[in-house]
Amino acid sequence: MSRRITARRTLIVTLAAWTVGFLIFFPILWTVLISFKSEGDAIKAPFAMLMSDWTFASYEQVQTRSNYSRHFMNSVVISLGSTLVALAIAIPAAWAMAFVPGKRTKDVLMWMLSTKMMPAVGVLIPLYLLFRDLGLLDTRTGLVIVLTLINLPIVIWMLYTYFKEIPGEILEAARMDGATLRSEILYILTPMAVPGIASTLLLNVILAWNEAFWTLQLTTSRAAPLTQFIASYSSPEGLFYAKLSAASTMAIAPILILGWFSQKQLVRGLTFGAVK
Amino acid sequence: MGKITLRNVQKRFGEAVVIPSLDLDIEDGEFVVFVGPSGCGKSTLLRLIAGLEDVSDGQILIDGRNATEMPPAKRGLAMVFQSYALYPHMTVRKNIAFPLKMAKMDRAEIDRRVDNAARVLNLTNYLDRRPGQLSGGQRQRVAIGRAIVREPAAFLFDEPLSNLDAALRVNMRLEITELHQSLKTTMIYVTHDQVEAMTMADKIVVLNAGRIEQVGSPLTLYRSPANLFVAGFIGSPKMNLIAGPEAASRGATTIGIRPEHLDISRDGGEWPGEVGVSEHLGSDTFLHVHVKGMPTLTVRAGGEFGVHHGDRVWLTPQPDKIHRFGPDGRAI
Amino acid sequence: MATQHSKTAARLMISPAVILLFLWMIVPLSMTLYFSFLRYNLLMPGMESFTGWDNYYYFLTDPAFAAALTNTLLLVGGVLLITIVGGTALALLLDQPMWGQGIVRILVIAPFFIMPTVSALVWKNMFMNPVNGMFAHIARALGMQPFDFLAHAPLASIIGIVAWQWLPFATLILLTALQSLDREQMEAAEMDGASPVARFVYITLPHLTRAITVVVLIQTIFLLGVFAEILVTTNGGPGTASTNITYLVYAQSLLNYDVGGGSAGGIVAVILANIVAIFLMRMIGKNLDA
Repeated sequence: MSRRITARRTLIVTLAAWTVGFLIFFPILWTVLISFKSEGDAIKAPFAMLMSDWTFASYEQVQTRSNYSRHFMNSVVISLGSTLVALAIAIPAAWAMAFVPGKRTKDVLMWMLSTKMMPAVGVLIPLYLLFRDLGLLDTRTGLVIVLTLINLPIVIWMLYTYFKEIPGEILEAARMDGATLRSEILYILTPMAVPGIASTLLLNVILAWNEAFWTLQLTTSRAAPLTQFIASYSSPEGLFYAKLSAASTMAIAPILILGWFSQKQLVRGLTFGAVK
Repeated sequence: MGKITLRNVQKRFGEAVVIPSLDLDIEDGEFVVFVGPSGCGKSTLLRLIAGLEDVSDGQILIDGRNATEMPPAKRGLAMVFQSYALYPHMTVRKNIAFPLKMAKMDRAEIDRRVDNAARVLNLTNYLDRRPGQLSGGQRQRVAIGRAIVREPAAFLFDEPLSNLDAALRVNMRLEITELHQSLKTTMIYVTHDQVEAMTMADKIVVLNAGRIEQVGSPLTLYRSPANLFVAGFIGSPKMNLIAGPEAASRGATTIGIRPEHLDISRDGGEWPGEVGVSEHLGSDTFLHVHVKGMPTLTVRAGGEFGVHHGDRVWLTPQPDKIHRFGPDGRAI
Repeated sequence: MATQHSKTAARLMISPAVILLFLWMIVPLSMTLYFSFLRYNLLMPGMESFTGWDNYYYFLTDPAFAAALTNTLLLVGGVLLITIVGGTALALLLDQPMWGQGIVRILVIAPFFIMPTVSALVWKNMFMNPVNGMFAHIARALGMQPFDFLAHAPLASIIGIVAWQWLPFATLILLTALQSLDREQMEAAEMDGASPVARFVYITLPHLTRAITVVVLIQTIFLLGVFAEILVTTNGGPGTASTNITYLVYAQSLLNYDVGGGSAGGIVAVILANIVAIFLMRMIGKNLDA
């Protein structure tokens, strides 16, 4: 193959890929653009819309009128809280299964995964009633509990696949080098496990942030995270494109940025290590 | 000091017996090589000595002290792993310093020892790099450096050269041998490569299925293999083993003759044969000769030996170099 | 290196996770099972009574169930078809040498990180709205009548929205799998005279089989539970045109307050999901050995 043909081929591929990428990304881009328009301009035809003036008004309105920051904080507390609790439970468990595997370790892992397969509607009613009776409806605590439990299997699995990759010989080398269990954990295991723990945290925050079954069912206003807040825009009489766009942009921006960092981990995390 | 004694050592994994029962003495300052085919238990034996596996039965003595129950760190041994097992998140300096740090040595002494080791191993310019930025040979040196700074009673090597390419392997072989000569510390070295065993060892332990087949110096094993297994394992190319009437006529079940102890001639000799493949190495020529009633015999002829496929030749074994084995496979 | 001591410690370390997950699985599920045999309406507290299989009978014979089951299958199947075919094509494209590959990857993966309520509302209002949506504007510019997607093709529209969300996932996994394909194998096939199409059919596709299976099964698990997209776009309507099983159970129990009927539906959903799950577990179990 001559260099000329290769270069032309690369050009064609590049153009095609950029076009497809742009089209897929377009709805997000469009939302961001509309968010900087006034309500009147937002519903104009695309070209006229683009040519109209830019403004931050929608952001200010979303902020002041609908208490956006409270919902944002709810999302932060719920997704980060549930992730940290899940990590606290999962790290020891994954650790033990990766480094002291027993005969039933594999069965336990599979069983944990199987709990993730249970459809949420199957337990909607009892959970709703339990939460009602325990006063957990529309509380952050309640959502942290539920999201911890539904994401726990994924967290354990991700950590397990990461810990599994730390070669046993390195731990043996540390032991030969005179490391006690404490210094083995402190100097060898933790530094080697931190990247895995960090990407698990990242992916799980994303999953919890975007969870839209339990967050919609179990909250109404006080503890409502952004998913519920945005859903409140669905009522037909409240069609404010610019404000909806501004709110959406603010709801997705932080997680989109986190998500871009976690692309690689996403694959192995969501496929439970089956595809790396 | 580094005298290691194994007394009636056994190792079982559940039902599977890996090492039935084994006695071995390793003298201080000796370079001992455990050699055998894969799965023969040589690595397990090394790990038992290291303390990375529990002994099922028997005793391990290090310098006369019973070390059977001691954790690996307390045994005063250093190990170089097959994968090198370097700590990927630490620089070369920190890798080498790690065992000293664990021993709570003071900083000045750590620095002195690390610099010293780096100088010996030509690593001075790489001390601030991470293992990922090093070549295979350099990683190997770091692993050795991490072992020597501790000034251990003995070094344990677990197939340390198997991940290197052929040229580097020969180099590292020399470096390790030289290291042994300058340090004079006991070294136990596990390999499946009999060339490494022959070139490096003071004493070779040939293992097969968890049992010691023979212990001896390289030349002892070469000259008088105790049984068929050792005869076939030590020496390259392999010894020719001939069973049948030819062996019976010499009062044995099997006779063995090394390729270098078969004289070859175009004019006449004891066994007539036909040349198959010939491998010309320049310094030597290996000929594969088909002799009626025998397996294909390998012959080593010095220098260049100009024969072709299908040529008729005669082979004559040197009478004093014939090894005779009885029906139980043991040397007679 | 496992000694008795470390085994005990390991068991202690695992038990909190095991106990929590066990409770999470067994307590609500057995309550659902119990409720599913009761006549139990939240509007009539204290009137609960045992009714045997009635709830199941009513739930399964309700025409809404047949519609919801069909919709669920269409939704899952449609999204799978779009994401697998589209994802494979995209992955093949992105695997080629090009300029700015990293940026294109970032653009393509983005929809996956958008929360379901946002993506559903963005599509519903900014694109599919028959008056102010972009599609309506385009239609008018071309002199055509704008089409009210969510009113006249509600299920197809939802399939489109959900497929947009999941296409990145399929693409990313298939791309990862493609990148692990042995280049020498490809070159060997080229030397053997295989055309690009033959190389795709005989080398690439078999190599992707495992990744495709993973995508199918994992997406199925999530797609069976699609909820927010339906809630904020069509509320399951018009009629039951875009109601899936998840939405039906929600409507039955929390909109109609029929705990018994909703529970029976929940159990049916669990059974359906388990059929899928069995396949998934088998496959992941196999990969665990590899």
